[in-house]
Amino acid sequence: MINKYSRLEMVGIYLGIGVFLTFILAPFLEAFLVSLRPLNQINSVPYKIFTENMSFDAYFSMWHNVPKLWLYMWNSFFVATCVTLLALFAVIPSAWAFARFEFKGRDALLGAFLAINMVGGAVLIIPLFKLMKNVGLLNTYWSMILPGAAFLIPTGIWLLRSYLMKIPRELEEAAWVDGASRLYILRRVIMPIAMPGIVVVAIATFIGAYAQQFLFALTFNSSSDLYPLPVGINQFFGRQQVVWNEVMAASLVGILPVLAIYIFLQRYIIAGLTAGAVKE
Amino acid sequence: MQSLGGRPNIFPYLLLLPALIITLVIVAWPLVETVRLSFTDAALKPTENFVGFANYEKIFSKKFPEVIGRTFYWMAISVSLKMIVGTMGAMLLNSRVPGRDFFRVLVMPPWIVPIAIGVFIWAWMYNGQFGMISGVAQYLHIIAGPYEFLGDRTGAFYSTIVTDIWIGTPMVTIYLLAAMQSISPDLHEAAWVDGAGRMYRFRRITLPLILPAIATMGLLSAIWTFNSFDIIWILTKGGPRDATTTMIIDTYKTAISRNKYGEGAARAVMIVIFLSSFAGFYFFMLKQFAKRSLAK
Repeated sequence: MINKYSRLEMVGIYLGIGVFLTFILAPFLEAFLVSLRPLNQINSVPYKIFTENMSFDAYFSMWHNVPKLWLYMWNSFFVATCVTLLALFAVIPSAWAFARFEFKGRDALLGAFLAINMVGGAVLIIPLFKLMKNVGLLNTYWSMILPGAAFLIPTGIWLLRSYLMKIPRELEEAAWVDGASRLYILRRVIMPIAMPGIVVVAIATFIGAYAQQFLFALTFNSSSDLYPLPVGINQFFGRQQVVWNEVMAASLVGILPVLAIYIFLQRYIIAGLTAGAVKE
Repeated sequence: MQSLGGRPNIFPYLLLLPALIITLVIVAWPLVETVRLSFTDAALKPTENFVGFANYEKIFSKKFPEVIGRTFYWMAISVSLKMIVGTMGAMLLNSRVPGRDFFRVLVMPPWIVPIAIGVFIWAWMYNGQFGMISGVAQYLHIIAGPYEFLGDRTGAFYSTIVTDIWIGTPMVTIYLLAAMQSISPDLHEAAWVDGAGRMYRFRRITLPLILPAIATMGLLSAIWTFNSFDIIWILTKGGPRDATTTMIIDTYKTAISRNKYGEGAARAVMIVIFLSSFAGFYFFMLKQFAKRSLAK
């Protein structure tokens, strides 16, 4: 077998991993600690990691002090779900088209879709704002759902296309010869076989949609009833004194859904994110 | 009988229809509209007039070149550190030590959680009086008294970079890790039998084989960093005194905060020009890699 690590090398590797993970995880740990501190302990000098009277009070008081917190969380979840459904509705047929059919301009179209990934939402914010205003979508869920989905569709198409290309075409051809219509094949042959791929795309899209709720929600909404959680928490900062323990508690609770999804499905998520790093 | 996937056939276009409609309305049309607006004096007033290149002349006579320079400087530092930290992280997590599967799971959270929420936490940590970084640094006697990281121009500039690195590094790490793992262990074993040491094998086997992945990720990372909005907006809103005003922030401030759509659009067009050159380079690179792997 190939050479083992010496004891010194082992120590070095663990030390390196330790430093690396400290950088990655320290903010979460600090957020958790702050959420447990009473306000007068947060604003005390010198800085101490553990302070007196730590408790989960902020996790209860935040619901009173920010009455709409539930609503913000629901909005985040609802918008991300709608974005995912809308994106899947567009991604599944397109990915099939790109994977199986020959048509004029196919490669150019695929390239154009990928190019969308290069343009950030902030660049297009002016016409998007005017568009939303003109069609009356300002201050509606649609103003977050539509742009959210549009910017996530390209990655979805790319992921699902490479999945579909690995599926042998014999099944589709057999159904076609038996006289099934193309739409029937899509619904009854392709979608069942491609389900694992579709699930990966759905998870990746949901996480992306949940993670990126800031710019559109901030710009297209003035109604706090529609705020997703990040914009809702952003309101905390406008106050005279920032209630840091509640901000941190609300942030951590808001992170929980995606973190849970990630822990259970991390294998698929990583597979989705790293498609392309590995040559097939 | 016509074959399922053959031509001539309008069916594939029908399949593309939902995706095409959404992206045309939300991305393609606004892109064209941005270009058109950049040649007008559009603002909150109801009419807009064609003004030629006046907006471009105006922005270039102001501080805009400085903003471009700052954007590229910010991006260059952030991307190169992300790549270095990410590559080292991937190497560490690729070593065969007990517990590595668990460590790998712990890398992703900054990328998974809502960007804005991660940034809120950093906003607290940068607090000079009570924040963790200032506190720990004082305890270790690195700094003498409280230091407000976002309070002065230099501090704010580098603090926003650190947060950007924190958010971008997990993706780089996981991507390069996947590339490293796709390398056949036989290669390493054969080299080891021939007496090649670990560092030598890394330089001569691992590095050349993951180079395409490094290049791809580097470019993607550059594009994402260039587009980065949330991090700076939440931490500093482009301040203090414009120290963290990158092109994206500048565009947003001009267009949305000051309602100067025309001038904002001209700035956005400049961003698109830079982005397309990155994108062109990206596609060129992908083609080169595809060619090379076919030649083998």
